[in-house]
Amino acid sequence: MSVKQISIFLENKTGRLDEMTQVLADNSINMRAVSLAETDGFGIVRIIVDDPYAATTVLKDAGYINKLTSVVIVEVPNSPGGLNRVLKVFTEASINLEYIYALSAGKQPEHAYMIFRVSNHKEAETALTRAGIRVLSQEDITEL
Amino acid sequence: MERYYQDSIECASPEKIREIQDEKLVEQVKHVWENVPYYRKKMEEKGVKPEDIKGVEDLHKLPFLSKYDLRDSYPYGLLGVPKKDVVRIHSTSGTTGKRVVAYYTKGDLDLWAECCARAIVAAGGSEEDVIQVSYGYGLFTGGLGLHDGAHKVGCMTIPASSGNTERQIMFIRDLQATIICCTPSYAAYLGESMKEMGLKPEDIPLKAGIFGAEAWSEEMRHDIEKTLGIKAFDIYGLTELSGPGVAFECSEQNGMHINEDHFIAEIIDPDTEEVLPEGSQGELVFTAIDKKAFPMIRYRTRDICTLHREKCSCGRTLIRMEKPKGRTDDMLIIRGVNVFPSQIETVLLEHGYQANYQIIVGRENNTDTLDVHVEMTPEMFTDDITEINKRQGDLVKGMLSMLGIKAKVTLVAPKSITRSEGKAVRVIDNRKI
Repeated sequence: MSVKQISIFLENKTGRLDEMTQVLADNSINMRAVSLAETDGFGIVRIIVDDPYAATTVLKDAGYINKLTSVVIVEVPNSPGGLNRVLKVFTEASINLEYIYALSAGKQPEHAYMIFRVSNHKEAETALTRAGIRVLSQEDITEL
Repeated sequence: MERYYQDSIECASPEKIREIQDEKLVEQVKHVWENVPYYRKKMEEKGVKPEDIKGVEDLHKLPFLSKYDLRDSYPYGLLGVPKKDVVRIHSTSGTTGKRVVAYYTKGDLDLWAECCARAIVAAGGSEEDVIQVSYGYGLFTGGLGLHDGAHKVGCMTIPASSGNTERQIMFIRDLQATIICCTPSYAAYLGESMKEMGLKPEDIPLKAGIFGAEAWSEEMRHDIEKTLGIKAFDIYGLTELSGPGVAFECSEQNGMHINEDHFIAEIIDPDTEEVLPEGSQGELVFTAIDKKAFPMIRYRTRDICTLHREKCSCGRTLIRMEKPKGRTDDMLIIRGVNVFPSQIETVLLEHGYQANYQIIVGRENNTDTLDVHVEMTPEMFTDDITEINKRQGDLVKGMLSMLGIKAKVTLVAPKSITRSEGKAVRVIDNRKI
């Protein structure tokens, strides 16, 4: 069920993100979500794409160090309290969040989609499903 | 079974070696006195005459030569023979601004080739071997030096020179090369490239490598031996003294045997210039006793090391020099502390990084800054920033305990540090003093 996110090592220097996304553009790879975590020396770019395996190959060939990481993508009602309800599920199940970011909007404006990197994604999925919250699969993302 | 190129010399008694040295030294001092006015003047200033030198025990009476003498006497001031007798020159890269041009007669080339041949045989080479020389050919001594040595041994020689890594690997595989000669950083690069091409050590027929012209650590040796599936041998030399082959490693890999029938080694205190007793650490000084065109007497190498006279288990009696701890030129003084790039390399390899690094020294508010750029590797990368920061912190701690000063570690993209296919640029000193 979990979705594979690609984490890419980048130097914290002008133009590095530009160069990396150029590689994706040249290979017609569409990013569905992107997040950048930075420290003073380097950054990690995290992206969600339709075909993570194809994208990692392209990136590796272009010399980018990257790793696949499992994340949980959740459908969140696009209304006040929507995200809060999901977070409550995590709290009750004692699941830690490492980071979250959002997926670009799908065709249904009534929903937002959030990406969660959690301490235990299997448990997170079970808890969310039990609470009636929709967790997305890799195929679901392509459909959005 | 250890094999030798010339056991009559390599395994000779110390007395016999001493006899050869005494005789050649007396002759060489006469030669220099008569043919090199620059050195004769130095001798006169010190009040030494050729007749004062009766053997090795009088060596200490002679004046030193240093890189400054080479600079001051450039280009022909130290030439010991008429130009018509010179058949070749070699030159250093001059990256430190002091280009050295060395001259060779036919005889000089021959004795140099003999030194390299001993190194090749000590690394297990024979006429059965295919040797790929991937040092740069040309002005650099590495390529032609090992090339001539390989001819002496009778190996099938592939004069690959440096560069074009894929072709290098193709030759190794297609022509079944068993020995490779190059700089250690290029050997490591070949290993990386092989991995990228999906090749394993067992996919290549190499059994040994002879690596020199750069300082490298034991950890780097282990890495190269693992990735190429070979035994890695160190070789030592300087253009001033002919080139690689002044000293070479045997299968014991426990110091390099100095070719004492051609070079006399001394260890001195670099500050007082006093000769130190055997076994002490100090600056290595060499006297070339039979090279005629560029006869270096008591040449200060700036290399810091120790000599060992005990007989080696390989059977050779030639004195051994430890791997130089660093060249006094490479040594950086940062916040008053002596730092050798090789120490930084050791810490990196101990922590799972590769030896792809650059040291950048600067000065802020009158204090030296030390920044070490290290290439990120797929093995060391994770999505977890905390973990990367922790590993970075461990590196800083490791360097602090090795060097005694704090360094800043910057993680950089793979292959972003320039790797010249000859020598890697390890240090950038931006201090303006």
